[in-house]
Amino acid sequence: MSTATVNDVANNANDLAADVKKSNNKSLGEMLIKSLPDALKKFDPRNMWHNPVMFIVWVGAAFLTLLGIFQIADGSLANGEPVYFTWIVAIVLWFTVLFANLAEAVAEGRGKAQADALRKTRTTTPAQLVVGYDEENDPDVRGPETGHGPTSIMEVPSSDLKLGDVVVVSEGELIPGDGDIISGIASVDESAITGESAPVIRESGGDRSAVTGGTRVLSDRIVVRITQKPGESFVDKMIALVEGANRQKTPNEIALDVLLSSLTIIFLVVVLCINPQASSVDANVSLTVLVALLVCLIPTTIGALLSAIGIAGMDRLVQRNVLATSGRAIEAAGDVTTLLLDKTGTITYGNRQASNFHALPGVDHDEIVEAAALSSLADSTPEGQSIVDLARKEGKEYDEIAGAVPVAFTAETRMSGLDLPNGERIRKGATSAVEHWIETEGANVGQEVIDAMHDRVKAVSNAGGTPLVVVKQNADKSIKVLGVVQLKDVVKKGLRERFEDMRKMGIRTVMVTGDNPLTAAAIAKEAGVDDFIAEAKPEDKLAYIKKEQAKGQLVAMTGDGTNDAPALAQSDVGVAMNSGTSAAKEAGNMVDLDSDPTKLIDIVQIGKQLLITRGALTTFSIANDVAKYFAIIPAMFMEKFPGLGVLNIMGLHSSLSAVLSAIIFNAIIIVLLIPLALKGVKYRAEASEKILGRNLSVYGLGGIIAPFIGIWIIDLFVRLIPGF
Amino acid sequence: MVYFYAIMAFGLIAIILAAIYKPLGDYMYRVFTSDKDLFFEKWIYKIIGVDPRKGQTWKAYLRGILGFSLLSVLFLYLLQRIQSVLPFSMGFDNVPGPLAFNTAASFVTNTNWQSYSPDVTLGYTVQFAGLAVQNFVSAAVGIAVAIALVRGFALRKSETIGNFWVDLTRATMRILMPISIVMGIILIGLGVTQNFADWIHVTTIAGNQQTIMQGPVASQEVIKELGTNGGGFFNANSSHPYENPNMWTNLIEILLMLCIPVALTRTFGRMVGQVKQGYAILGAMVILFAASFTFVVTAESFSNDPITSLTGGSMEGKETRFGIVWSGLFGTTSTSTSTGAVNSMHDSYTALGGMMYMLNMMLGEVSPGGVGAGLYGILVMAVVAVFIAGLMVGRTPEYLGKKIGPREMKMASLYFLVMPITVVVGVSLSFALPFARQSIFDTSLNNSGNHGFSEVVYAFTSAANNNGSAFAGITADTPWLDTALGMAVLLGRFLPIALVIALAGSLAKQDVVPVTSGTMRTDTKLFTGLLVFVIVLISALTFFPTLALGPLAEGLVA
Repeated sequence: MSTATVNDVANNANDLAADVKKSNNKSLGEMLIKSLPDALKKFDPRNMWHNPVMFIVWVGAAFLTLLGIFQIADGSLANGEPVYFTWIVAIVLWFTVLFANLAEAVAEGRGKAQADALRKTRTTTPAQLVVGYDEENDPDVRGPETGHGPTSIMEVPSSDLKLGDVVVVSEGELIPGDGDIISGIASVDESAITGESAPVIRESGGDRSAVTGGTRVLSDRIVVRITQKPGESFVDKMIALVEGANRQKTPNEIALDVLLSSLTIIFLVVVLCINPQASSVDANVSLTVLVALLVCLIPTTIGALLSAIGIAGMDRLVQRNVLATSGRAIEAAGDVTTLLLDKTGTITYGNRQASNFHALPGVDHDEIVEAAALSSLADSTPEGQSIVDLARKEGKEYDEIAGAVPVAFTAETRMSGLDLPNGERIRKGATSAVEHWIETEGANVGQEVIDAMHDRVKAVSNAGGTPLVVVKQNADKSIKVLGVVQLKDVVKKGLRERFEDMRKMGIRTVMVTGDNPLTAAAIAKEAGVDDFIAEAKPEDKLAYIKKEQAKGQLVAMTGDGTNDAPALAQSDVGVAMNSGTSAAKEAGNMVDLDSDPTKLIDIVQIGKQLLITRGALTTFSIANDVAKYFAIIPAMFMEKFPGLGVLNIMGLHSSLSAVLSAIIFNAIIIVLLIPLALKGVKYRAEASEKILGRNLSVYGLGGIIAPFIGIWIIDLFVRLIPGF
Repeated sequence: MVYFYAIMAFGLIAIILAAIYKPLGDYMYRVFTSDKDLFFEKWIYKIIGVDPRKGQTWKAYLRGILGFSLLSVLFLYLLQRIQSVLPFSMGFDNVPGPLAFNTAASFVTNTNWQSYSPDVTLGYTVQFAGLAVQNFVSAAVGIAVAIALVRGFALRKSETIGNFWVDLTRATMRILMPISIVMGIILIGLGVTQNFADWIHVTTIAGNQQTIMQGPVASQEVIKELGTNGGGFFNANSSHPYENPNMWTNLIEILLMLCIPVALTRTFGRMVGQVKQGYAILGAMVILFAASFTFVVTAESFSNDPITSLTGGSMEGKETRFGIVWSGLFGTTSTSTSTGAVNSMHDSYTALGGMMYMLNMMLGEVSPGGVGAGLYGILVMAVVAVFIAGLMVGRTPEYLGKKIGPREMKMASLYFLVMPITVVVGVSLSFALPFARQSIFDTSLNNSGNHGFSEVVYAFTSAANNNGSAFAGITADTPWLDTALGMAVLLGRFLPIALVIALAGSLAKQDVVPVTSGTMRTDTKLFTGLLVFVIVLISALTFFPTLALGPLAEGLVA
């Protein structure tokens, strides 16, 4: 791997994206065939044991296979049924198990491509270990030759790195493990993880200090302290997740398992008790039919698809470049009732835009427009450009004045501006900065002007904008306050509608911002969120989450900084940005590789879709039993009690064809539902009543009707088999 | 025409129940939420050494129920075994062991299955000090369990679910006793017998000698129905003219069976703070009840067997003073609650009509079910319904703000396993164990074939559901049936109760998830329909093979 180029890594990522796409577009048939070997491996009873419902089918199939062998040896064991009947039923049951295994294998297969691509980046790379690292002698870890201390650099394989080790990574090298930069700044290609080819800047200190093993340093040199234990790197975790290797059942899956197992037990008892009961009226039923009835009644459909649904849910998240540390987190996302959304970057674009020029009384409107626009011409920031654009919208176009010197914004002056060749100086900045400048320049603008300025500033703030005061210093050093440019937060398009959707789904949206309450309220109103936290400090977030949780709400949030970590840990669904610190990533239960906080909304929808799919297929599976009863019960006893023929409402041809048709339907329905299990039931943001009503009619009512039709059709073919 | 009468009868019952629904439901709500103890209640608590203000954990609550019930069984058993030395025993001998066990188990569990024939087995003392007392307290235990479960939903982050001894005392003293006294007097006024007189010996017109039993009938009759007990003073139960002389008493007895189970849905709604939740549950009960009643009336009126078609209705085993409609209404009520009282002989119904009575019980007796037992039964089914369908709104399931997680699901699933397994295993063993099979065929059954099978099914269904009614053609007083049914009665009562109390405990510990528009609503018609569907699917369909071999094979003659 050390010889691999940056391009290779980028290619890997692109291949990965392509692979995932391809596997999604592949026809069902192709997917099934490709997963066949994996499905066959799952026939191992030690594996089947984990799925009680399918295990029963497995046992039933094995039992009938043995029974079939005995029946060939001694035809009298067949009780008058054709000997091959048991064989056919056994084969259909084996196929039922196979289809269940296929469903799981297909779901897992989709994660495999991703895991393979990731695994490539995990190959051992040489690491430059700093021996005896000493913070005193930082930032230049150059080894003993610089005379800077007793440090020495040793090359070790990355797999030998321990928690707390310090390594140096230079241009072109792969970062050997997850860690935090303790010194230096570098541009890093993280495409192997994120699929995003543009390099990102990582530097020590602050919230951009985390680096991931397997990513490549493109420029400069950084010193990294390793924060992972061997074999537990972020990439390792990702691989395990997408492969479903250590997939643990979620609480809801366990509860569903309990229900399904109970239904299985009850049907097992019912079927075992049929012959003792039937013996009272001499209507004994053959073992083959009993096993077939049992398999039909136990909830095989959902039993077969349950794990595939879970894996597919995780997969949908991964396709959106979000990694969840557990399936539990996805379920929790479906349950979320409160969303904490950071204003900047999530609700509004990162940059404010000029929306209005407010001239002070006695100042010509054109004068402020001209001054503001001129001073912004050389300003490449989005705010500056938006001022020029706004002026252009008013039909005013200005050319750069030759000889004018732009004054850049500095943290010290907190103003930017333009010095004109004629000695005039234009400055724009926050109110306090401008006032300070006026004072230091020794100018006196008069109390009325100051008051007028403050009035404007306040009006702009109240409207949710950010005021930018524009002043002009004449050549004679007198200063004229021209007015205020209103910078406005621009709410992202379509968000209002999405928040409206959220409300329908019963989710409260809460905006978190550092703005003052007035500004925050104005933006909150414009964006359509339900509540806001103004002048928010990280501990306010934490307090708000605790308050909501005390009311029984489930809270989701995004965060990236180290000081977000406690809130991320406290929240029920904490999505850490990949660009954030390791502390944040460690605290959250999901990581968004694209670092796009808006995705929180998608995550919630994916969670809901997962739960809906699970519920829909459970309902469908259980509702199926009605038709199967009506197929098999008359078949079992019709010969002895012809009156029960009335219950044969599907008009099935014979006892044997009815039984066979029912179990064939039972097997085929699994395959037919695999795409639904993988794709998930369509989800629209609506009130729960509507969703429930629709899903109940599709999967509940449909679940009752579909097998009646399906079994009837299958019977039309089965009756053609000689002897049936 | 018969449907017109049926609708009128059903409507009459419905109107009267609607009128007492709120007052009775609200009254029971106050009984179980009040902080005040009446003076005689204070004495009781002092005597048994209970602090009425101290809540119990679910384990302590359950220990109370089981301990109390065990003592009751032992007491009742002993009382029967020493009957010969007790006063007012009317000369009856000690009751034999298996029968005494069966009767004790049966009355303590609110089943009142009568393997014995009361007319020739029990004297006044056992009837009064033993059976009548159990009629009250076994019903009160049922109410207590239901209230404990409702508290599980209503309480937040609570380790305790109320105090069993307080619930038991209040249910007996403030609900069952006052209603019994008032209604008992009314029943006496309407002609139900009440005396301690000697039996009357008469010579009939045909010249035969006949003994006519007397006794305190009305006092036992009222609690027999009110507590959904069902054990008659006479073997003929409510078809006996001393127990149920006329249409008025018939109407009152039906109302007595239904009033507490129905009104408890109101109590439930009040306790969880949303009366509409109670309506949704009640709706499911009404739908199941109405469907069942319609089916019975249809089966009895339009059976295609020759005699019924000629006479215009199957009147075999029914009193002419009640007819098909009022017999059907009484039977539906009795088998839908866990009463088991009969004013007609269920064994003589058409095969399908009799099947409906079995089905009422096989649904788990939730329409509206026994006092308390009906409410906790249907609430458990509501939990299952919420779990199955609730996922479909995109949230992990919750009912009344309580998450239905693995633990809750374990309790609910085991709950609905108990009854069907007890029934089918009981029936199967009766035919699979050689000695049992012999006992069944040689002694218990007079009818062969499907009908005989149905009688055994009915017996176990009735026992496991604590109903107590029977297809009377069966001779149940055999060592096998006495023991097996006695066991079924105990399993069918105490396993579910233990599970319900454990469920209450784990629900009470939870905090409440607030309702949002993303919450699955459980106070809607949609949910009522769903609940009915789940009850039918999970409970009734399990018995499809069994019913096919019994009443269906008998009734569906090609």
